[in-house]
Formats: sequence, structure tokens, C-alpha cells
Amino acid sequence: MRFNFGSVFHVRRLPVITFILVSMISFEASANPHEYMLANGLKLIVKEDHRSPVVVSQIWYKAGSIDELNGTTGIAHVLEHMMFKGTKNVSSGEFSKQIAAVGGRNNAFTARDYTAYFQQLHKSKLPLAMKLEADRMNNLKLTKEEFAKEIKVVMEERRLRTDDQAHSLVYEKMMAVAYQSHPYRRPVVGWMNDLENMSVHDAQEWYDRWYTPNNAVLVVVGDVNPNEVFSLAKKYYGKIKSRPIVSLISRKPQTEPIQTGIKRLQVKAPAQMPHLIMGYHAPVLHDASADWEPYALEMLVGVLNGNGSARLNKELVRDLHIASSVNAAYDATGRGPGLFFLNGTPSEGKSVAELESALRNEIERLIREGVTEKELIRAKAQVVSGHVFQLDSMFYQAMQIGQLESIGLSYLDIDTIIKKLQAVTAQQIREVAKKYLIDDGLTVAVLDPQPLEKKSATPSSVGLRH
Amino acid sequence: MKKTFRKIISSQLFRCFFAFFLGIYTQSALATLPIQYWQTSSGTRVYFVESRELPILDISVDFSAGSSADTPEKSGCASLTLQLLDLGAGGLSEDRISKLLADVGAQLSARFDRDRAGVSLRTLSNKNERNQALDVFSKVIQHPEFPEKTIKRERARVIAGLKEAETKPGYIANRTLKKMLYGDHPYGLRSSGEIDTLNRLQRKDLIDFYRSHYSAVNAVISIMGDVSRSEAAAIAEALSKNLPQSNVVNRLPSVTKPIAGIKRIAHPATQSHIQLAYPGLKRDDPDYYPLLVGNYILGGGGFASRLMEEIRQKRGLAYSVHSSFYPLKQAGPFQIGLQTKKEQSEEALMITQKVLTDFVTEGPTKKELIAAKGNIIGGFPLRIDSNKKIMGYLAVIGFYNLPLTYLDDYVSAVDNVTVEQIKDAFQRRVLPDGMVKVIVGAMKKE
Repeated sequence: MRFNFGSVFHVRRLPVITFILVSMISFEASANPHEYMLANGLKLIVKEDHRSPVVVSQIWYKAGSIDELNGTTGIAHVLEHMMFKGTKNVSSGEFSKQIAAVGGRNNAFTARDYTAYFQQLHKSKLPLAMKLEADRMNNLKLTKEEFAKEIKVVMEERRLRTDDQAHSLVYEKMMAVAYQSHPYRRPVVGWMNDLENMSVHDAQEWYDRWYTPNNAVLVVVGDVNPNEVFSLAKKYYGKIKSRPIVSLISRKPQTEPIQTGIKRLQVKAPAQMPHLIMGYHAPVLHDASADWEPYALEMLVGVLNGNGSARLNKELVRDLHIASSVNAAYDATGRGPGLFFLNGTPSEGKSVAELESALRNEIERLIREGVTEKELIRAKAQVVSGHVFQLDSMFYQAMQIGQLESIGLSYLDIDTIIKKLQAVTAQQIREVAKKYLIDDGLTVAVLDPQPLEKKSATPSSVGLRH
Repeated sequence: MKKTFRKIISSQLFRCFFAFFLGIYTQSALATLPIQYWQTSSGTRVYFVESRELPILDISVDFSAGSSADTPEKSGCASLTLQLLDLGAGGLSEDRISKLLADVGAQLSARFDRDRAGVSLRTLSNKNERNQALDVFSKVIQHPEFPEKTIKRERARVIAGLKEAETKPGYIANRTLKKMLYGDHPYGLRSSGEIDTLNRLQRKDLIDFYRSHYSAVNAVISIMGDVSRSEAAAIAEALSKNLPQSNVVNRLPSVTKPIAGIKRIAHPATQSHIQLAYPGLKRDDPDYYPLLVGNYILGGGGFASRLMEEIRQKRGLAYSVHSSFYPLKQAGPFQIGLQTKKEQSEEALMITQKVLTDFVTEGPTKKELIAAKGNIIGGFPLRIDSNKKIMGYLAVIGFYNLPLTYLDDYVSAVDNVTVEQIKDAFQRRVLPDGMVKVIVGAMKKE
């Protein structure tokens, strides 16, 4: 079980980001993390972790695919790629090479709500990371030639991750149906046709619009002295001028019209087994202290899916053999509206209809009977241990801070979030189930598996016969 | 392991840093990782690092019981045995096991490759939580019950997963490649088993496999975290005293050269998956360091590598391209992989082969070697900056009987590698014309 603070990486399996129970950690100084604000509006948050002589530095821009417009979907992600293509001072590809040459790792990721760039290195190399990162915040050189090559790379990425992956494809098409008007209906990587028609000017426009210090948060976690990090930040980022930016709260809400009936879609793609995704519209966290529903939904996921004996696995996989796998997922954080997911693959011989009906039975039972105290305590135990376990990774600690800050919440909310999760009652879980897991807000997507050409009946030897 | 529902984040690149290439465990040494070593009364080797900074305890137990311990007739037995361990043990039902662990927030996980089958526990180190988790863990590894009904269910799930995997071009490519690379060698067995061999497996097969391969002398225990040496000793004792007593040793033949060739396999995907392989490194290989450092330059170093430069940076042919060594008891695979739009797959393969051939013929430049060492040595602290990462190294040091000073020796070994050594090692060990190759999703079929 976890409190999902944001998004889960595709690439590497990152455990979801959680935080600590301060009381359990003796070394945790009360002043940690430390917050600073530069004159140009760049916010800096430093968290000390002195277990190893290393540091992670992440810069988060409050611009993601949610801020894109039709016709140029995918531009946030394309710009992220272009950020490695050189500046006035650093030639194309040099950024990664310089970080690598001192033993560092660096990468970036684009999500619906934000775009972030990071370096992990020995603490003595933090100045280099800051120098390079600050440079490309202001001095990026976008050329037609580099763009022409990189857009091809991005299209390959789309083919690899979406077009040729049956489950990703179903998910992408489902989002486009579940959301009618909200930008979450569009994939982060962008529609292929938009990528095909994108130009370097689109990238330039995006960069000029969003890449400014007052639209960014710098998060540094590691074996560092916070005031020294602040001095470094002032040295490298301080000279960048801020530009006018539409603040998060001033951006258009694009509120999703209320769904008024079940939606269904089928997706055909090469695969063996069918797959089912059910998504219910659900709220997300806006006010960490006042809200309660998102916490109840999080704990509901824990009860349904938090461990091997949790309801969905126990009933549908272990006891009834209806599904070969089944999951529940919900992300309480986000700038846009949330979805509560159930998904699964039916066992051989079972249909998606049977799986859907079994999942619906679980929902009905939940609304009828609620959850037991034992189930709830068990789910809460995962929250507690999960938060401690996450402390083993500096990267996740930084991720958590960055994600909250980028969507309009604060790293200071973390303690509140933990407390509120632990305070969720069985009655609250039942109430949110009753209120949100309803057909009127439901979208059901089904993968209709298609054979690979004329495949014979013995798939075990596929690929070896040719 | 739980699959997290996928959300959409796109990343600038796959992280093909070279942890992948030489296995996850090829790091150098922060000189002083104080590893303590002893044996339990039943002969199990124990590796321990005390660390009091977080209230966490990590333990893993590894057995020489990977897929290469299978026979062709019972392929899949090794992996199914591991999968069944925590689904009924020591009088506890699978449901009870899950609940007892979940109640104290503990996490149980498994790892499996050609050599190893391992089970890991992560728990809070407070006495109550720890004891309950350890009690369950101890039953899981020492008294698994292999219930007939559960075997049937899990087998069906494995087979369903296999059928699904067999529709995926990357999986088909990898499977085909490994068959071509290893032929009849046990490393050529599919780790999950084949559908017909899985269907034939009996409960007795699993029990026999467990009794012969999960023995005390075949086990290695790694412990890291918030316990004292004497507590660790008691834990190791409790985890090993009831392991089966057996002396079965998994002896593997050497890997022979494959028959060079290429297979082109049709697939409806938009991209071709291209893979090349050759027998690579053994864990105790004399060419370990030259090949490790050389591979960083060739295709292991992400954007610093030649393959990435030529395939992606210069031509935009692929999102990800990399080369890797995966060292095992016997020669693990040396492998190159990429994916590209179907129409340009032959071009991409040609360029990949040229980069490889040039590298083997000419070796790296001095400048490349300096950058490679800068990364591998300079990045060493990042490889041991968490309990979880250190646990990975402990387990490998233990399982492969590497010296306790392995981490300490690493930096100097990397530092001593020369351009000539790399060139020489690659010329002896990697034959570009002798590789096995696969293109799945090819324009033309063979």
C-alpha cells in the first residue's frame, strides 16, 4: 500500500513516493527540510540526508501535458528531449557527457502536471550539476537540425511504449473517453499526427513560455549543508531574470463536465488475453487539512489491493480463479480531476464480462457491508512501514517534495497527509465507495485481443518456427 | 510482485546505465563497507552489514536454484518452486502468510535468474514487527507446503502469462536469441518453463526440487540493517537450521560458441526489435574489468556510449540502444538491443554492426577511457547509497563467493584497465561475425 503522490514511472519501477513518520526517526531534525526563495522567484527546498556522500538535485517546472493545446500535444515532452541538445555555452549532448564523466547520472521525465530534470552525483559535484541545469533554464539553443533528429526519436518512443503495447494503447484510448474535455484526455507523449507536424518553433514557444525561475522548484536532497546549497543556487540560478508567468491557480480550470452515464469502449490490438480497465471519476486532494475523501479512497485501494490477502487478489485470483491478475489504483494528487481504477486480466476460460461482473460484486459488497476494522488496520500498517522504507532512497524523498510542490500542494503537507491517512475510518471508506464507484461516472475499456498474423494453435513455439 | 497501474510519464531515455550491463552489482568500492562473514551451524554462509541509521531490517536468502537447475523435461520446475514458497508454509495458509506480513508492514519479494533463486524480506526493525515477520519468513523458506490446488492455480497463471508474452515482439526476440545463443546448454532453458513441461509438473517434482536445491549448504544469507551482530547470528541460525540437508550441487557445463546466424521473424508491430548476442562473462572471469569498462564505452554508458551516439544522437533511429554483459557462473550473455521503425530496421542493424566491429577492431580512444573511468569510479558512491543497493551487492558477493574485499578492490581494478587491455579482451572474446541475431517485426521474413 502506498500513498501515491504522483505518477509512476514507466521506465524504471520506482516504488511510489511516500514520506516518514517523523516520530519514528530519531535523526530527523525538526528544521529539515529547509526552504528558501530566490529573488527571481525560484523556490529551493533542501533536505539533509547524511547517510552517504551523495546528492540528488531535481528541478521541477510547473508545466506538463495538462498545459498543452490541441495540435501540439506532446510538446512538453518533446521540449524535455530538446533540453539535452545544447545551449549557448554547452554543445549538443555535452550535458549528459559532462555529468557522466564525473560519475553522475542524469535524466528527466515529463508527466501530465510537470516536467522535471535531475542529477545524482557525489556531493562535491553539485556545483557542476547546478551550473549546467541553470544554464539550460535560460540559454537553450533550439535548432531545426537537432529538432528534426530528435522528433524521430520521440516517435520511436511512442511506437515502443504505446503503439506496440496493447495495454498502453487501451489505457491511452480509455483516457480519451473517460475525460470529455479535460486535457488529461490527451497522452503525455502526444498524438502521432501532432508529433509528425510539430516544428522547432513549437518547442521554442513552449520553452519561452514556461521555462523561467518563477515557474520552477529546485529540490536538493543529500549529504549537504542547506545554506551552502542556497549560496550555490543564488550563484547559478540567481542571475536568471524571471518572466511573467501564469501562476498555477490562475490557469484555466477546464473543469470536466459531469459524466451522466456509463461509457464503454473496445480496443483491438495484437495480444493473447483480453484485458479490462474500469475507471471511475473521483476527487483529488486540494486542501490537505480540510479534505477527507481522497484519503478514504487511498485507504480503499489498500483494502482492495494492498497485500496478497487483500480483497481483490484473495477473491478473484486465489479463491474464485476468475482473474489471473487484478489491481486497484488511485492517485490522490494531481492538478486535474482524478480517476479510481480497477483493472485485470481474466483467467483462461473466463471472459472480461465475468471479470467485470466479479469486480462489480466486490464494489457492491463494499458499499453494502463496508470494510472490517482488521482490513483497515492492515492497510494502515502498510502506510506506516511504507513511509519508513522510502527513507532508504534520497531520490524518492526528493520526488515526493517535488511532486507536491509542482501541483500546488506543499512539502509541509506531508505530515498532515500521513496523519489523515491514519485517521481514515471504515465508515468513510464505505461512503466514498458509495459516492464515487457508481455507473454514471464509470468508463469501461476492453482489450479485444487480435492474433499475430495467421498464428497456429501452438503458440509455445512462436518465433522459433520461422 | 504487484504490477502498478501504469501512468503516463515519458522519460528522456531508458536508464541504460551500466548497472544493467555487468549485472546490477558491478560497482567499485567505497573502501569501507564493513562486511561481516560467518557460517551457521548447518553450514549456511552469512554476510552481514550493521546499519543503525534507519529502523529497517533487510534479509535475503539465495539458493543455487535458478532456471539452469532445471532439466529440459521439467523446465519451469525451478521457477514454480520459488513461486510457491510463500503460498502455504509451516501450517500457515497463503492467506494467513499474507496477513501476518501485512499486519506488521513487512514486504516479501523474490528474484530469479539462470543461477539464483532468492527470497527477500524487508521489515521494520522494532522487535514486535521484526519477530512476526521473521517467523513467517523462516517458515516460508524452511517449511513450504506446495498445496496441490495452489500449484494448479499458479501454473495456470504462469501459462497465461507465457501466452501473453509470446505475442510481444521484445519477448519473442529475446527468447529466440537465447535459444540461438545457448542451444542445449541449461542457460538456454526458458526461465518460466515451457507450456507442455509446466503442464506435466507434479507436486512431487516441486518437493523434490526444493529438497535437493534449497539446502543449507546451498544457501547464502545476507543481512543488513538495524540489528546487532549477535541478533543477526540468531536470525541466520533460525533461518537455516531447518533447511533441507542435501549436497546436490548444480554443476554447469561451459558455454560453447554459438552457430552464427540471423533470424527474421514477422510481427504486426510498427517497430522491429533487433537483438544480437554472444557468450560473455563469467563471474570470476579474468577479462571482467577490461570488458566491463570497454562496454561502458561501446553501449553501456547511455548517452556517453558509441551506440547511442551513432544510432540515436546522429540519426534518430531509436529511442533506446544499449549493450550489456550479464555475468553468471558460466558465460552470461553479451547482448546488444534496440527497437526501430520497421522500414529502417536493416539500416539500423547495419550501423549497429559497424559500431561493434569498429570498436572491436580499433579499441577505445584514450579520451573515451578517461571518461569511462571517471564515470565508473566517480559514480561508485551512488551504487551503495542505500540499504537496498548494498543488499544487492552483499547477495552477489555471497552467492558467487567473491572476496569480502570485492568492493574495495573494484576501484583500483577499474583504474588499472588500459586501452590495450580493452582492445585485446574484446578481440579475443567478442566476434562480431560470430554473433547470433534476431529481428522480430522484420520487413522480410526468413
